[in-house]
Amino acid sequence: MSATAESVQERRAALKGLGTSRKRVEDARFTQGKGNYVDDIKLPDMLFGDFVRSQHAHARVKSIDTSAAMELPGVIAVLTAKDLEPLNLHWMPTLAGDKQMVLADGKVLFQGQEIAFVIAEDRYIAADAVDLVKVEFEELPVLVDPFKAELPDAPILREDIADEKEGAHGARRHPNHIFTWEQGDKAATESVLSEADVVAEEMVYYHRTHPCPMETCGSVASMDKVNGKLTLWGTFQAPHVVRTVASLLSGIAEHNIRVVSPDIGGGFGNKVGVYPGYVCSIVASIVTGKPVKWVEDRMENLSATAFARDYWMQGKIAATKDGKITGLWCHTTADHGAFDACADPTKYPAGFMSICTGSYDIPTAYLAVDGIYTNKAPGGVAYRCSFRVTEAAYFIERMIEVLAIKLNMDAAELRAKNFIRKDQFPYQSALGWEYDSGDYHTAWEKALESVGYSKLREEQAQRVEDFKAGKTRKLMGIGLCHFTEIVGAGPVKNCDILGMGMFDSCEIRIHPTGSALARLGTISQGQGHATTFAQILATEIGISADDITIEEGDTDTAPYGLGTYGSRSTPVAGAATAMAGRKIRAKAQMIAAYLLEVHDNDIEWEVDRFVVKGAPEKFKTMKEIAYASYNQAIPGVEPGLEAVSYYDPPNMTYPFGAYVCVMDVDVDTGVSDIRQFYALDDCGTRINPMIIEGQVHGGLTEALAIALGQEIAYDELGNIKTGTLMDFFIPTSWETPNYETDFTETPSPHHPIGAKGVGESPNVGGVPAFSNAINDAFRAFGLTHTHMPHDHWRIWKTANELGLHADS
Amino acid sequence: MSKQKINLNVNGQSVTAEAEPRELLIHVLREQLEITGPHIGCETTHCGACTVEMDGMSVKSCTIFAVQAQGKEITTIEGLGDPDKLHVLQEKFKEHHGLQCGFCTPGMITRAHRLLEENPNPTEEDVRFGIAGNLCRCTGYQNIVKSVMAAAEEINNPESAT
Repeated sequence: MSATAESVQERRAALKGLGTSRKRVEDARFTQGKGNYVDDIKLPDMLFGDFVRSQHAHARVKSIDTSAAMELPGVIAVLTAKDLEPLNLHWMPTLAGDKQMVLADGKVLFQGQEIAFVIAEDRYIAADAVDLVKVEFEELPVLVDPFKAELPDAPILREDIADEKEGAHGARRHPNHIFTWEQGDKAATESVLSEADVVAEEMVYYHRTHPCPMETCGSVASMDKVNGKLTLWGTFQAPHVVRTVASLLSGIAEHNIRVVSPDIGGGFGNKVGVYPGYVCSIVASIVTGKPVKWVEDRMENLSATAFARDYWMQGKIAATKDGKITGLWCHTTADHGAFDACADPTKYPAGFMSICTGSYDIPTAYLAVDGIYTNKAPGGVAYRCSFRVTEAAYFIERMIEVLAIKLNMDAAELRAKNFIRKDQFPYQSALGWEYDSGDYHTAWEKALESVGYSKLREEQAQRVEDFKAGKTRKLMGIGLCHFTEIVGAGPVKNCDILGMGMFDSCEIRIHPTGSALARLGTISQGQGHATTFAQILATEIGISADDITIEEGDTDTAPYGLGTYGSRSTPVAGAATAMAGRKIRAKAQMIAAYLLEVHDNDIEWEVDRFVVKGAPEKFKTMKEIAYASYNQAIPGVEPGLEAVSYYDPPNMTYPFGAYVCVMDVDVDTGVSDIRQFYALDDCGTRINPMIIEGQVHGGLTEALAIALGQEIAYDELGNIKTGTLMDFFIPTSWETPNYETDFTETPSPHHPIGAKGVGESPNVGGVPAFSNAINDAFRAFGLTHTHMPHDHWRIWKTANELGLHADS
Repeated sequence: MSKQKINLNVNGQSVTAEAEPRELLIHVLREQLEITGPHIGCETTHCGACTVEMDGMSVKSCTIFAVQAQGKEITTIEGLGDPDKLHVLQEKFKEHHGLQCGFCTPGMITRAHRLLEENPNPTEEDVRFGIAGNLCRCTGYQNIVKSVMAAAEEINNPESAT
């Protein structure tokens, strides 16, 4: 090699591939205000749609009078269920095998439910017309408490299916009951519980909340009647699924529908579902022949599209006297709202709640989940989470703490005593999962050492003494969490949504001059796919990430994929990217061998080129190979350099992490102050450390919000009490701390590059860490468990109930 | 409802718009003037995605009537830099990963711009307090604060800053 030639290291660095904190290619447009979000789309003659919504949580709709609205100049049409019925679009299927009203069909079942869709020339006229639509209601008794759903006097909510004894997920025992889902061995678990030295019991409630991305949901539908083509832009985390559903619902052939997800202003699960607004914008465009835009406002977003959580988890955990866990039992009452619209793979009506044995080697376990209808909004989406993993992680991480109290043991020691050991992987859990890899003890020890755990405990003990001596009014909580996620749905044999297997895809074209275009079936909502997927590919095919364009979100061009949620983009589409890259390299090897006049087996890959074995001066770079592939006749090889991969993962991936949160809690004001937050994440192979760190910061802040104040709350009449950002807590820069991030790296054995996904880990692990810190602060005063969200009022109340106030 | 003619200066350009008295500045900017950098995230003055500058003050343009902008100078994200010469804040947000989905970013940068105009030497606490009217759901603010601090550093010490 000549003296001036770049070294292997220099060439590798120039690729900006795996492991590089590459700056994001998306940022140029976003920092200059040139993003293109759905509400930025403006088409000639575009109309605006707006909803008439129910103010009641449960009522019959006696009549809808649209005449005054229709008389308002600028109003084009007002659609009701009657107008949609001939098209069979007044109801639509949900992702969970139920059906949902698009517009109120005879009754309303939650406050904010869509009743009529007004179409007008601009958004102001549409809003005026909404006020002019007169709806006559007959109020019905309201059901908000899922534990009262099956009482004799409970109102029956879903009269449409009241007599159906069999639902999408098995037998129904009551008209307000949706399903019972059981996993594990009930008899064996009950036997373990009855014989155990120690059993700790607790009801752990993970309250109802909402993903609340900065951008609300919306769509623009444009039916081109001349060509028979429908184009639908919208806030879709799964654009291909939307296309298929739109085709099935509308009867328009799938090749005549183009669905586009433009830039998406955050998703966090909110934009997985199919909402009445999307359907109505399509119908409105078909009816009027003009493009129709629908964008919800924040109150509509919080009250009608996609709540998350709302799981009442009754737990029992059994252990020996010295703290070896022998069994786990959980019965969950799941409040699904008025329609079962949970975004879960078909076979998993409670998502991956059965990962609730967490990071622990628990030999025997049983889980049952009862889905219940109430007069609340439908949803049940995975808010920055892989299908109920957040609920599962919160449950087990609270139960561990509750058990530690019962055993009078240190909670860190109890965890370490029960972790699945490194040599047990792949590990078969009692509830049916095969954990692919992990090294929990190493991560845990690193975390405890980094925060100086034993010193913190000493400080905490001193604080308790000082408090008792009247020297301070602030307590100190140490919140521990070791979580295991299950992400990357999923193997097609287990996971589908509406019958569509959850593979994902990547298609690559190498251009003659050696740059490339890759398209994927996923869609970024801020995760930086255009940056990171180019890095995966750069390492695979030896073309600099800067020379690779990544495209997603246009169903006319992108290969079919199931979209982005459940941390599945890297585990599934990232794998497809690597596999498609390997196909490119395989063909490139044949071309290089021909150009170098040697046998295929006589050359080897080195960073960005094929080199003749034993003759490093003889090589062909990928750039040279790309040019030759288009311009040179090579016997037996088709021209061009393209590949496509549809990847069906053999298993899910199991990222994990160890978090420690240190808080001071003011007993008199209930104010909590996060002193320190340490987050160690193991997401396998790290593609872009800068982006991983950013994901962790963001996920932890969403966890902070959920744990410390954010909730969707209803009163007893089903009125939503937290429908604006005044009442629905989103942390500002003021109350958000700086986080310390750290990592270990345990690659996934079955993923082509060993990556596991990270975006949701900090939310999954963060919520228990924050909540455990609050609970831990009061442990010395007899508290076992208190429910989230731990806002100042609830913390004050806990202190009061424990008798920590002078007058209490 | 009858429309009124409004003359205003947006990003250095004199423009004319027609708006009903009830029409919000954000809608006139986005829909008539096609300035789509400022976004709508809540319409209740909480989120700050619509932040613009009006006569040297940060305002949330979802709670300003367009007619109130008569004769005013408005600066939006589009007026802070251009593709050939980005504003230092735009550079620093890119450098320090101060954004993810990008929806809050135009408002956030516009707010940070005014903050640094008023306080060129902020502490971290000043920055955290000064941008608390702008919500972000993606970043956890840590890298936003870092970006703003880095921009201040560069403005104050153009030679030494990295």
